[in-house]
Amino acid sequence: MSMKLKALLKSAWVFHLSTGSCNNCDIEILDCLTPRFDIERFGMLLVGSIKHADVLLITGSGNRKSMERAKRLYEQIPKPCLVVAVGECALSRGMFIHSYNCPVPIDKVIPVDVYIPGCPPKPEAIIAGVVKLIEKVKKGTEKKSSV
Amino acid sequence: MIYIFYFLFYGFFLTAIIGLLASWIDRKVTARIQYRVGPPLLQPLIDIVKLLGKETLIPAGSSKITFLMAPIIGLASVILVSTLLWINNINPAKSFLGDLIVVLYFLVIPSVSIIMGGFASRNPLASLGASREMKLVLSYELPFILAMLVTVIKSGFTFRLGEILAFQAQNGALVRSWSGVLALIVAIICMQAKLALVPFDIPEAETEISGGVLIEYSGSGLAIYKLMKNMLLFTLPFFLIIVFIGGLRFDGIHLLYGVLKYISLVALMTVIRNTNPRVRIDQVVKFFWGPMTIIAIIAVVLALLGR
Repeated sequence: MSMKLKALLKSAWVFHLSTGSCNNCDIEILDCLTPRFDIERFGMLLVGSIKHADVLLITGSGNRKSMERAKRLYEQIPKPCLVVAVGECALSRGMFIHSYNCPVPIDKVIPVDVYIPGCPPKPEAIIAGVVKLIEKVKKGTEKKSSV
Repeated sequence: MIYIFYFLFYGFFLTAIIGLLASWIDRKVTARIQYRVGPPLLQPLIDIVKLLGKETLIPAGSSKITFLMAPIIGLASVILVSTLLWINNINPAKSFLGDLIVVLYFLVIPSVSIIMGGFASRNPLASLGASREMKLVLSYELPFILAMLVTVIKSGFTFRLGEILAFQAQNGALVRSWSGVLALIVAIICMQAKLALVPFDIPEAETEISGGVLIEYSGSGLAIYKLMKNMLLFTLPFFLIIVFIGGLRFDGIHLLYGVLKYISLVALMTVIRNTNPRVRIDQVVKFFWGPMTIIAIIAVVLALLGR
């Protein structure tokens, strides 16, 4: 694995985007920063600007207005980057699946690397998802280097 | 030739290593105060390596050259200041007339580079942050220079850092006198503002203007700014130690004293940072031009009276 990617996995700065969620997932994400879970142990920080971020964390059902913004934010995030979808709405639009306002799920618009289900997912589940993401990236680079 | 060695080894490498370590201490102490575990030891270094590997985005319509040059100007001035300070600290005879003034000027340039970068990035929030930084510089420079004047008066009207150090080696540190204590207090609070730490972090207020001046920086530009800030975290306390507390020495027990001086200044900064809320820009200007300037003037008068 290259040094670049190794460093990226050890200090992933997270930008948190809500595309019209009910705020439960957002609160659970903030719980990860509290003393009980403390993801700064792994070098993760919540940043305020998309230009500083390595991980785009998306919650919410992705309605017509916010998906344009989400797409623009994905274009602005400096690559290499990772995208994480948190919560039932971000995965499959949840109870809004028949809504006129949510025509497509998020992963039709933005390539999503890892899905974390739950309504809302527990902070433990979010951390487990991030661990899976890190393992996936490690395995992916091993495959590429062996070919 | 020896100066290139000083420049690369002391000015850049040693300052960067101690600065990164100090930033880890800052983050770890903050985490412990909040009952968290905190980041591992190498975290600041990993952050910078990661940022160097990322893509550098230049916002459309920004002034490209200024945007890319601003962080380099800031980093270069910090390296120069730390080189000057190390040379004076290691060999006081090598100092030249007026290097105190040169150091004071160079210490403003990081703030100027942040202002340049903020205005060049064509983002309303960055411009707002840059204008706040400008007001911050205007407010803290007056008491800071008055506090330095105390040192100049006490050590027999000399502008050489080497002679200030020699004076302190003979007559004891300046902080032992009343005027020295007052000036050190003023200088520590000005240092907090120079580093833009929490009571005075208005230019990059995360929660209101989301990163402020650095909002458009990504990749290596941001890495250089982070490195500059971490190096300032060593350079400024080092400057105060030279000017007020008798410099760092490396023989025997004095090495321990030097480390203690530095660690206690960093810990003091962290504790101030963690126990205070952010203030408004008008409160900052009032605070620095009111009470701080008055305390600094009292210190200058006491120094003139020989206290």
